[in-house]
Order: sequence, then structure tokens, then C-alpha cells
Amino acid sequence: MQVSKVGLDFEKVEHARGVAKKIADQVQDFVVNYTTVAVERTICRLLGIDGVDENEVPLPNVVVDDLKSKGLLGQGVCYFLGNAILETGKTPQEIAEAVTAGKLDITQLPMHNAEDIKKALQPYIDENVARIRARRQRREHYIETIGEGSKPYLYIIVATGNIYEDVVQAQAGARQGADIIAVIRTTGQSLLDYVPYGATTEGFGGTFATQENFRIMRKALDEVGEEVGRYIRLCNYCSGLCMPEIAAMGALEGLDVMLNDALYGILFRDINMQRTLIDQYFSRIINGFAGVIINTGEDNYLTTADAYEEAHTVLASDFINEQLAFAAGLPSEQQGLGHAFEMDPQLQNGFLYELAQAQMLREIFPNAPLKYMPPTKFMTGNIFRGHIQDALFNIIGQWTHQGLQLLGMPTEAIHTPFMSDRYLSIENAKYIFNNMKDIGEEVEFKENGIVRNRAKEVLDKATSLLEAMEQEGLFTALEKGIFADVKRPKNGGKGLDGVTLKSDNYFNPFVDIMKGKK
Amino acid sequence: MSEGLYSMEAKDFDKTLDLTKIKPYGDTMNDGKTQLSFTLPVPAGDEAIEAAKQLLKKMGFENPLVVYSKELTEGFTFFNCYGSLTHTVDYSTIHVPKVESDKMEMHECDEYIRENIGRKIVIVGASTGTDAHTVGIDAIMNMKGYAGHYGLERYDMIDAYNLGSQVPNEEFIAKAIELHADALIVSQTVTQKDVHIKNLTELVEMLEAEGLRDKVILICGGPRISHELAKELGYDAGFGMNTYADDEASYIAQEMVKRGMK
Repeated sequence: MQVSKVGLDFEKVEHARGVAKKIADQVQDFVVNYTTVAVERTICRLLGIDGVDENEVPLPNVVVDDLKSKGLLGQGVCYFLGNAILETGKTPQEIAEAVTAGKLDITQLPMHNAEDIKKALQPYIDENVARIRARRQRREHYIETIGEGSKPYLYIIVATGNIYEDVVQAQAGARQGADIIAVIRTTGQSLLDYVPYGATTEGFGGTFATQENFRIMRKALDEVGEEVGRYIRLCNYCSGLCMPEIAAMGALEGLDVMLNDALYGILFRDINMQRTLIDQYFSRIINGFAGVIINTGEDNYLTTADAYEEAHTVLASDFINEQLAFAAGLPSEQQGLGHAFEMDPQLQNGFLYELAQAQMLREIFPNAPLKYMPPTKFMTGNIFRGHIQDALFNIIGQWTHQGLQLLGMPTEAIHTPFMSDRYLSIENAKYIFNNMKDIGEEVEFKENGIVRNRAKEVLDKATSLLEAMEQEGLFTALEKGIFADVKRPKNGGKGLDGVTLKSDNYFNPFVDIMKGKK
Repeated sequence: MSEGLYSMEAKDFDKTLDLTKIKPYGDTMNDGKTQLSFTLPVPAGDEAIEAAKQLLKKMGFENPLVVYSKELTEGFTFFNCYGSLTHTVDYSTIHVPKVESDKMEMHECDEYIRENIGRKIVIVGASTGTDAHTVGIDAIMNMKGYAGHYGLERYDMIDAYNLGSQVPNEEFIAKAIELHADALIVSQTVTQKDVHIKNLTELVEMLEAEGLRDKVILICGGPRISHELAKELGYDAGFGMNTYADDEASYIAQEMVKRGMK
């Protein structure tokens, strides 16, 4: 029996987990019957279709939009592409090029039987599944040979807009001690219903996620990783309208960490909830198979809602994200469940509440590499106090063994980090991680004290919330504004017109292969 | 690096405060003491430190002191420095345009609206364009507010509509018309490459084209927004760092009364 430093009742924890599973099961019952334009484009990419037409429209979009405009999306791209391979003898890429050129209509060919269609696709499926598997093995080999940083991993962000400048910043960060480099995406990319193509040098507040940019950064991090003797992980954003496509591109190019939340896009980008929940399922299947750690976005709730009052919504959402991840075959060890240090610094004993919550999450999700987000909401431009706020955050990160410590910057709320800001932040974290290394093993919390009571209160409130949601279902809960004080209608938001009920001929071979694993 | 910790230098400058010639204050009037930090794209070493000192002199510092330097990555060195600034400014002639309204707290403001306008006022807010950040508009609009200042949703006499982030200007205007907005609040957080200027200007132009510009009070806010900038761009007022919902509500209510908007 696990012993809790904060006096958690693990029977209660398992009860809450069980309720979350029922909520997730309801979602799954819905999700498995549908597909989306993003899921189908992802399948195109996993069959080797890439490139853009003369108007910069990616070929996966051309193929999928063609089916959609003919009302045939529900049959799925596999059905038509497999059949076209049999009929034409071309590869999926050649077929996509012919469709783009207007020389081929894959919906007008004589249809073969399902068995033969599946067989025709097999070599292309095998090729890319093997490529993803090799990427995973390559990471594991690196970690075995050159090693990796200890947890909490130091996670920093680059965001210049220019992938080549990002490389300079990322390599500098790695030399200073960073373990994970996240390339922030350009503002607005989450709402594009396609993935841009090629290397990019212009962006606002970030850099476009493209497969070529992934490749450029992966290479740069491998170089610097070998130099510093530590594997450097690459993180990007598997969210928005192209969630599963980004997962596939990341899996093919060896990304290690992906922001991949089931609810974030719904709440913060007003993406339709049906669309997001269907997309996240396939995304997580891919991420699970590729060995990618996903990061969930609960920390964002606290940038809008109050961090003290709404702490239980973070825990409730972590429980749901955990179950949705399990449903997609993504194990605990890859679940970077999110939370944040966002209480008002004026709050008396705020540090103790934060500590209680971080320790509570650690114990409830013992195998998950929890993603801990730094203060942002109450960073004011007073860089000197901000540096101290970040120090308190770092103390809790070490104390409670967080998995991914997203480093706070003293200049948060002023500008995207300077090279020197990153240096100061890494120095801050390394000092504290070393100086307080084993504090978590030395200290336990007293009966009926502030810390234990806080942990109990948050768990109880999260459980009540989950129980209420089980009655209503996740969709209704989102409509009522349970998370982050944000209300979203089931049929509102962006991307709903890309959702389609699967029809009889539909199949997606990657689901079974990737959930079967290894 | 201990030189300068305990300064033995004679302080033979005039120590009386003269508002026509102010300069930074360390611990003695007119000592000009300033702290700076920056990074130079050169490797660490004596030459790097000398380069930093020369730069400080060019900036107008006497007795430049590099108290800490560290190579961040190959070819980039970070410095913490001190110096005594020689430049001064005339404080007595400075004029900064400010939002002209008296700040009222929430209940006062509700009462003011009840008495002087006699109906609820409608305020529509959004983070517009490609800006994905809701933190600014939420701090102003959400019930809870920010740093102890309640948000506009909590005001009895305000109907506040928060449209969230990444709202296109067209959609923002359409919603303003639909809701009969008295005032529009635009939040801009992302300011890289001056994307906010372009977006803010576009909104003003579109409102003018619709013939709506004079019918609403138009304000913008964000960490890089000043009242002066807002006026330049054609807004009625701008709210920067350390302003809250009560600043904006007070301004809007008083401006409506001033304009006779009922």
C-alpha cells in the first residue's frame, strides 16, 4: 500500500479514477463512430502523401477535401486510396498528385473487395509504421548511450518565428542545461485547417509547425545533445484543427513531447468539442505508439479561473485526460498531466497550498511525468519579484518530483525570452534542484495541518465534480462552463463541418496496429 | 570584483534636487547610479568586459563598472553593470496625455451609471485578430477580475460580453452592432513585429467605413499600450500595465455622460 505524505485516502482516489473512466467511456462511445478531415489527412500522411500544390495547399488536404465535397468522407481515404492503388498501380503519393492535377477521380474507379483493398495498402502502412518505430528506437538508443538529464526535466521555449534562429537559441539553451526545447507555434496556427509546408522564417510569437521545421530542429538537437552528452527532447504542439496530423509528423520526425490536451482547443480556441475529442483520440494513439510524452493543458484553466478556488477542476481534468489517454493506448509513463503554480502571490500561505496540490498530484499519478507550469498570471514586469516567484515554483518542482518543469522567466509578460533570461532561469532551477535535492524525502506533513487539509479538500471537490459530470456527460459539462469558466456549445465552435459519421466501408488500419504496439 | 562595493570616491557633485535636471538616484542625490544588464555577441574575457565598459561610456555613464560577466553560450557574454549617468532630463516641462476621468470603485460606478445614464451600459470586449491571449481581456471582463479589482461582468449596471480571443475584426463589429454596444474594448497582448498596430488600425478603419466610429466609445488595452499610442491610432483611450476594470468602467461611464449618450 502506497503511503501518502499528505494523508491521501487512496480508496477515494481509486473511486474518483473509476468515475473518470466512466466519463471517458461515454466519450469513447461517441468518438469511435466518427472521423474528421484531420484524421483522414493524417492517414494520407501515414501512407506517405506529402507536398503542396501550386497554391501551397497540402496534398493531403486536396485528397480529403475532394472526398468531402463529394459527400464520401465517411467511407474514409483508405477505402479509396487502396482501391486506386489496385486500379492504377500507382503509389499513394502518385495518386495524390494525379488527383491534384485533376487527372484522376479516385471515387469513380471500379471498386475492389475490402480484403484486396487492405492488402494493397499494406506495404505503405508497413513502411511508415517501421519509420516511426525506428524513430522511437533511435531515441531509446540515444538515452541508453549518451544519457539524459534528471527529472524534473528543464523545459524551455524558443519562439523567434524563424526556425534557423530558433536553432541558435535552442542549442544555447541545451548548452546551458535545458533538457526539453519547445518550439512555440506562431499565433493562429491552431486555427488553420492545414499544416503549412517547408522551412519557415516568419511567424508571430512563434514558429510554424511544419514537418521540415521539425526535421531541422531534430537535427540541431541531436548535434548539441551529442556535444553536451545528454539527449535533448523536442516538443511541439499537437493541438488545434490539425491535431492528429501534427502527431503523425512528429512521430515521423522523432519529436519527444507534444502538447496534446483533450479539452484545451475546445475551451481556449473555441474548436468544436466533437471535432477535438475525435481528433485527440487518433492523436494519442499515434503519440502512444511513437513513445511521445504528451502534455495536457490544465494549467491554462488557472490563467482564466482562480488558481485557489478552481484547483479541483485541474485534478478532475487530469483524471479525465488520464482515462482518455488510456483509451488510446497511451501509458502513464507518457502522460505529462498538467498543472500550474498560479496562485496570487499575495495569498497568505499560498506556497503551502501549491505544495499540497503538487504533492497530491504526484501521489495520485505516481508514474506520470507531470508537467508543472510556472507563474504567468501574476508576473507583473517586476522582474526581481518574478525571479523569486519562479524560485518558489522551482522549490516545489524538486520537492514533489515533477516530471517536466516548464521554466518560468523573470521577464514573463514583457517579451519572449532573451538568451540571458533563459540563462538566469536555468541557473535558478539548477541551484534549487541541487541545493534542495532530497527535501521531499526528509519532510512529511503534519496531521490536520494546512497541507494535508488542502490536499483532502481538493480531492473531495474534484470527486464531487466528476460525479456530477458522470451524470451529465462531458459534453454537457463543457456546455455549462465547468472548466476555466468557459462555456462551449456542442454544435458551436470551429471545425464541426469536418466531422463525419463513419459508414460501412470505413477502416483505419493504423488504429489497430498502433494500439497493438511495438 | 570588489571594487566599488564600498565607494571611496569623493562625492563632489551638487547634491541638491533640481527638477529641471534630474538623473537616477542610487543613495545620494544626483549620483546618477544605474544598473544595467545586457548580452554582447562576443566570447567572455577581458576584451568583452572592455567592450561593455566602452558601450556604457557611449551611453553616457561615468565610472562604468562590470560587476559580473558570464558566457551564456559560445560567443555570447552576459553582463551586469553599474555606472553614473551623466545625462539629465527636465522633469518640470514634461506633459503626458492621460485618460481624463475620475476613478470610481465598482459600487460607486454602478451608482454613477444608475443616476446619470439610467440604464445598463453595454460593453463588448475581445482579444482580436490573431492574438490568442485571453489573459488581458479576461482580467478586465471576467466576474472574478484581477488583483482584487472585480471584472466588468460583476457590475450591476454593465452588460459585459467577452468574445474571447482570435476574434476577427469583422466578427467583432458584427457582434457590436447586434448587441448595441456603447463601448468596445480591444485587448492586444502579442506585439511582436508590431502586429497589434496593424490590427488596431484595421479595426478603426472598418468602424469608420461602417459609420460606427462616432457611435461607440472605443478603447484598447494591453501591456504595450499607452494612452498616447491609443489616441494616435484613433482610439478614445488606451490602458496599459497596472490598469484594471474599474479604470475602464469609470472612463466609459464618464465619457458617455460627457457625450450625452443615453
